Amino acid sequence: MSAVLKDAWNGLLDQAWLVPALLLIGFGLAFAIPEYNLLNKYIQLVLMYIGINIILTVSLNLVNGYMGEFSLAHAGFMAVGAYTAALLTMKVLPVAAYPVLFPLAVLAGGIVAAIMGLIVAVPSFKIRGDYLAIITLAFLMIVKSAIENIDYIGGPRGIPGIKRLTTLPWVFFWTVATVWMIRNFVYSKYGRGVLAIREDEIASDLMSVNTKRVKFLAFMLSSFCAGIAGALFAHLLQFISPRVFDIIKTTDVLIMVYLGGIASIGGSILGATAYTALMEVLRPSTMAALFNWLPDLIFDPLNQYIIQNLGVWRMVIMPLLLVLVMLYWPRGMMGQREFRGFIPRRDRDAYRRINAPVNAPGEKP
Amino acid sequence: MTLLEATQVRHLFGGLCAVADFNLDLQAGQLMGIIGPNGAGKTTIFNLITGVYQATEGSIRFKGTELVGLTPHQITALRIGRTFQNIRLFRDLSALDNVRIAHYAQADYSPLEALLHIGRYRREEQRIIDNSRRLLAIFKLEHLAGEMAKNLPYGLQRRLEIARALAIDPELLLLDEPAAGMNPNEIDQLMEFIQWIRTEFKLTILLIEHQMKLVMGICERIKVLDFGETLAEGPPLAIQNDPKVLEAYLGQESVG
Ligand SMILES: Nc1ncnc2c1ncn2[C@@H]1O[C@H](COP(=O)(O)OP(=O)(O)OP(=O)(O)O)[C@@H](O)[C@H]1O
Ligand SMILES: [Mg+2]
Repeated sequence: MSAVLKDAWNGLLDQAWLVPALLLIGFGLAFAIPEYNLLNKYIQLVLMYIGINIILTVSLNLVNGYMGEFSLAHAGFMAVGAYTAALLTMKVLPVAAYPVLFPLAVLAGGIVAAIMGLIVAVPSFKIRGDYLAIITLAFLMIVKSAIENIDYIGGPRGIPGIKRLTTLPWVFFWTVATVWMIRNFVYSKYGRGVLAIREDEIASDLMSVNTKRVKFLAFMLSSFCAGIAGALFAHLLQFISPRVFDIIKTTDVLIMVYLGGIASIGGSILGATAYTALMEVLRPSTMAALFNWLPDLIFDPLNQYIIQNLGVWRMVIMPLLLVLVMLYWPRGMMGQREFRGFIPRRDRDAYRRINAPVNAPGEKP
Repeated sequence: MTLLEATQVRHLFGGLCAVADFNLDLQAGQLMGIIGPNGAGKTTIFNLITGVYQATEGSIRFKGTELVGLTPHQITALRIGRTFQNIRLFRDLSALDNVRIAHYAQADYSPLEALLHIGRYRREEQRIIDNSRRLLAIFKLEHLAGEMAKNLPYGLQRRLEIARALAIDPELLLLDEPAAGMNPNEIDQLMEFIQWIRTEFKLTILLIEHQMKLVMGICERIKVLDFGETLAEGPPLAIQNDPKVLEAYLGQESVG
């Protein structure tokens, strides 16, 4: 019975129209939800954060999961994208042109971040593992203190009063576009090169993989997407400062990557969604509402304590969660596995059985 | 026609001279063996040819192109394939992906085409998949295409490694102890198999081997190394009766 169901399910997933249909429905909803207020404003906001976090998670997974490096620089690329786009919409682009030029500002954020990605790619040619992790951490700190010291962009005070140009349809569009590009990259010779580098860099080189080029491309694509996410984030939060993009932000993304599972796009989408939703639930206001709703269940002063100190405890719980996931759940929700629908048909078919008659001597069955 | 030519190659690891005064003239279509006791410098020569190490001195030319100074992937793209003494497959990837990865240099499409899955990407990917499956089929591994390399038995891993090297579409194939860990029966099969791929893929082969049966059985010329120096070179019969060689191998293995 379950085999029949499974076949039917796989048959459905194999339909070529499935993905376009889902995307169409998604786009329809992304437009309809804010237009007709199908969901309340708060849920809409959470949906947008989920989209942005999906972009961040899938793109970090390219480096930390598929390539097997441990980059901590992601929040730095995000900052570069956020500041670039925010400065463009605030100081350069004419106000009247916002609706048309906003995507260009986001794109510019991605491109500048991609260029910064090159800076991290270069040390990765020589250095791997812990040492590269330290270099990416240094990069993150340099970006932060550079921003703090440039008065023109607000220094440590940041940039307030950014126009809220990020909307649900735009988040949906950029999420689909970036995830699609990373998926395409993964299922290409470059993506296989990335996997080969993770397995054995010297052997990859000896199997004709141009490892430097592959690393360049992977770091650039990853930071490009982080820059896009940063640009969207800035125009949603409407305020950015160096503090927004510190190591805690990177830690957030790391947790989402490892929770969802390394080297899996589907996993990253699940991880980002689950973690973002969880963090919203753990917000003091949400918890307060929850405890009010269950008044007799838990001793009241304890409730009060939890609610008041959640912000502090979050800083303890988050890194702890990261460590626990990496130690005891290294595969995460779907590490190294992928949703069938994300794998190109050509790649899936490649594993179909064939029985071509081939006669090689010395190997007679 | 000379395919691979090495002149006065010398390689030092710190103070240790791993290869000294190494000369080689490998004709297209030839099957040459390199033998010598442990630590003689055999694997180092493969690593020098393929660019893992840079020769301290000397020159190595492949079809007239100087290899010293090129990176491994550049050298490999000139169509030199190799296997490793200690199997170096991509352990956590499928057998098929192992072979597909080795098509990197041949896959003729740009990053943009890869990013958007357009243009030459489709044609090239299909061609690579077809060729990879063909190679797996030749090596009787097609039913294991989806299996992770590390889950294959040792003998099949050795075979997969040769399949992967052939995905380079090599003119020159370097085999580093292909018979290591095989029993006499398997060695017979391997000998037949090497002969077969040699004609089928029109290969020139340079192979390192400790198994005298294999070396003496299929190689046309043999080069003997000891402590980085070339002790002798010639056809199997001459090598078998060379007193210098017998001396170097004394107490190691009986020749023949
Ligand atoms: N990366 C390295 N650094 C330092 N010394 C090395 C290195 N690689 C090899 N050597 C040394 O160079 C010498 C030649 O080594 P090589 O691996 O080429 O020998 P081999 O002939 O392949 O031996 P075997 O039959 O054991 O495989 C040995 O003394 C070895 O210890
Ligand atoms: Mg060796």
